Amino acid sequence: MHLLYQIFIDPFVQMGTAPDLLAQTLWEGLVGGVLYALIALGFVLIFKASGVFNFAQGIMVVFAALTLVGLYDAGVPAFLALALTIVVMFGLAFLVERAVLRPLVNQPEIILFMATFGLTYILIGFGELVFGGDPKLMITEQLLLPSGSYTIPMLGGFVQMQKIDIAAAIIASLMVASLGVFFQKTRIGRALRAVADSHRAALSVGISLEYIWVIVWFAAGIVALATGIMWGARSNVSFALEIIALKALPVLILGGFTSIPGAIVGGVIIGVGEKLGEFYWGPLLGSGIESWLAYVIALIFLLFRPQGLFGERIIERV
Amino acid sequence: MRAPGGPDVAVGDVLLSVENVSLSFGGVKAVSDVSFDIRKGEIRAIIGPNGAGKTSMLNIINGFYHPQQGRITFRGATRAKMRPHDAAYGGIARTFQNVALFRGMTALDNIMAGRSLKMHKNFFWQLLRFGPATREEIEHRHRAEEIIDFLKIQEIRRTPVGRLPYGLQKRVELGRALAMEPELLLLDEPMAGMNMEEKEDMSRFVLDVNDHYGTTIALIEHDMGVVMDLSDRVVVLDHGIKIADGTPDEIKTNQAVIDAYLGVAH
Amino acid sequence: MFYREAGQFKTSYQADQALFPIRQDQIGIVLILLAAYLAVPLLASDFVIDSILTPVLVFSLAAIGLNLLTGYTGLLSLGTGGFMGVGAFACYKLATFFPGINIVVLILCSGFVSAAAGIVFGLPSLRIKGFYLAVATLAAQFFLSWCFIRIPWLYNYNVSASIEVPTRTLLGIPVTGPNATPTTRYLIVLTIVAVMTWAASNLIRGRIGRTWMAVRDMDIAAELIGIRLYPTKLLAFAVSSFYCGVAGAMLVFLYLGNAESESFSINQSFLVLFMVIIGGLGSLLGSFFGAALILGLPIVLRAAKEASGIAMTSATLEHLNFMVLGALIILFLIAEPAGLARLWQIGKQKLRVWPFPY
Repeated sequence: MHLLYQIFIDPFVQMGTAPDLLAQTLWEGLVGGVLYALIALGFVLIFKASGVFNFAQGIMVVFAALTLVGLYDAGVPAFLALALTIVVMFGLAFLVERAVLRPLVNQPEIILFMATFGLTYILIGFGELVFGGDPKLMITEQLLLPSGSYTIPMLGGFVQMQKIDIAAAIIASLMVASLGVFFQKTRIGRALRAVADSHRAALSVGISLEYIWVIVWFAAGIVALATGIMWGARSNVSFALEIIALKALPVLILGGFTSIPGAIVGGVIIGVGEKLGEFYWGPLLGSGIESWLAYVIALIFLLFRPQGLFGERIIERV
Repeated sequence: MRAPGGPDVAVGDVLLSVENVSLSFGGVKAVSDVSFDIRKGEIRAIIGPNGAGKTSMLNIINGFYHPQQGRITFRGATRAKMRPHDAAYGGIARTFQNVALFRGMTALDNIMAGRSLKMHKNFFWQLLRFGPATREEIEHRHRAEEIIDFLKIQEIRRTPVGRLPYGLQKRVELGRALAMEPELLLLDEPMAGMNMEEKEDMSRFVLDVNDHYGTTIALIEHDMGVVMDLSDRVVVLDHGIKIADGTPDEIKTNQAVIDAYLGVAH
Repeated sequence: MFYREAGQFKTSYQADQALFPIRQDQIGIVLILLAAYLAVPLLASDFVIDSILTPVLVFSLAAIGLNLLTGYTGLLSLGTGGFMGVGAFACYKLATFFPGINIVVLILCSGFVSAAAGIVFGLPSLRIKGFYLAVATLAAQFFLSWCFIRIPWLYNYNVSASIEVPTRTLLGIPVTGPNATPTTRYLIVLTIVAVMTWAASNLIRGRIGRTWMAVRDMDIAAELIGIRLYPTKLLAFAVSSFYCGVAGAMLVFLYLGNAESESFSINQSFLVLFMVIIGGLGSLLGSFFGAALILGLPIVLRAAKEASGIAMTSATLEHLNFMVLGALIILFLIAEPAGLARLWQIGKQKLRVWPFPY
């Protein structure tokens, strides 16, 4: 009986009695969700345009951030380091297309998916080799990103918002908007969607697969870089980020694999759900439930809608 | 031209009856108020131009699709919503337009898979293999080999089916359906994509199945020659509606059928 | 020429369906078993037994478990580490509660606990398919990892959240714990793995193996020939988890001697998945090859480093290991997606026609 009270009544009572804490938790959840959404965005880009589920997106985030910080630590001025990192991400996209995607063209998706596992391990090993495994500080000020926070009095208390988080939300929205426009309106965007549907068909209408793939992996690399900067600004750059990046998977389940707005909605739902769950129900179960809560939330959604929130109903034709 | 019922098989009572069945997907009406029956021991053809709803009809009989209206009566019992594996247990087997074989397995394994219904030795005997499970496996292997002999596919029994040419794949699929020892066999365009010789072989097999095993057959087919030669009765669909139902001779001379195929403007 | 089967006729279906129908294979397996049981303990060093053979056998069993689920039934699972952990912790608790019962029996019983966990986490497979199901197994993995730390009862409230293996004996000889010799542990692992591999091959060759492969290849068609999808999938989860659980228990009790939550993390799941991919999906033999290659890689790299004389720290070696592993995965997927097992078959084919090229 007491347990039932603890699960179903108490957390809501807590939410009610300290609404500013609730607002704070919601804000934290939103911010976390935006970052998950950015990672998911990288997945969606690549999946939408090449049909490949890029498991290495998480490690690309870490890798991009490490390269940036590594260059800076080696003495390169901040914005030059940024430009060089962009070049590196382009180089990575090029290499991936040449060495992984081209030889595996037309293979079933599951093979390409497993190939990205291999890519993940290569990047982890390489990253650790070149940059070392200790956590590093993101060069936030040098990149002219705001620091500090706003303390807003509201709801009987106050809510604290980090300026960097606000910046992250704005940058993320801009990215999403421009990517959405890009896919829908431009010629290249159309070509990308064609490639995602069928490699062979796209080839037969003269779309150059290699060109498209390099572009899209590069774009995903840029998104990864932005994500890495934002995330590193909040909590240091280390390989632990890679595991957190796996949380993008529940986001994709909710938001669908090919929907850019879906990635945002999914990210926010997961981020907020996770934070609320961890803060209000966490003490019941013990700490650390955020390691699996996101997956369970996604799982529950899947049981009701096996194709995800935004996914298309899969009609099996016989 | 076959005499009704063929040389050895006596056509009996109604085995399956479709009554006022309608099926729509979203806004599209695939099948509208169709009724016909299939008698035990006969070969029933379902024909019609593309998009007429023939495959949908077969899918309904199979338990794949559930019609919004109407009912199906099989072996005297009216079915509520039936799942495909219930249809299988009930004695209905099927082949597909796009061959639905298990590509990772050999032809023999595919046919043995068709015996799954009949194999009962439980998990623990399977684990051990000695004794009952092996005996059961061998008994069903005999049956599978009978079918392999019947369809003349001995050389390819150990070939993974993904590597077989299309015509042989269709034969293996027929073998798998036969392995279920069905009462009613549904064939969806069994001759599609075959050349003259292959069609003759397949026609012979279809007739033999009907004569030899007494299996009732419903088949969808586009080749009019095959339809006329093989079937006892024909049902004609067009745009989801039944426009004719009778013997091949009657159908051949039916004006509505001729119009449907020649595309007279409605 | 060495492998020619010509002249070997099977006169009964029983002979045709035997596990090793070809004479050369029959001789081969006898030789391998003799070597494994007699030659190795007599001739091989403790290092080889303890650092190579025992772990390869243990992980081969885990790889077989995953192969049954992913290779034969087509259900991609990222939860292998978690299920191995369930087996390990279950065995530990059973050993705590029943100190008198034979440890081999307890190892096998912990497989049942693991199988139960497998069924629970396989329940979503009713509604969820393919990639989404893989994410569900990921949920299982993270949840189980969390449990292994957050439920102190599992590790008997040990302050360091790890489990230490107690000494248990078989026929008076210590088989677990610090007093057990590498050879003793190796022989027990060898026996368990050999028996369970034989059982797995029986399942694969019979009705159940066919229903699993049918579900993998085209589940709609499988339903139509009368296969019930849900029980088939749940059985795959159960059997697979049983194997992984026994492997996990053996990993702790007969190899490592201790363990903690980190031993059964997502990294373990990936490692076993790589073994299955490289070894060959849908091949029991491939599971052994894959385990050998993945576990042997660090050893080979270290030997190469020694031989070449280049100075590098062991951390660097580990990073290189990761990179080579990743590169191998991609290489195999490009060159031979069916893995080492297919290469083995091609090799046998070459032996058949040697000295002719084809």
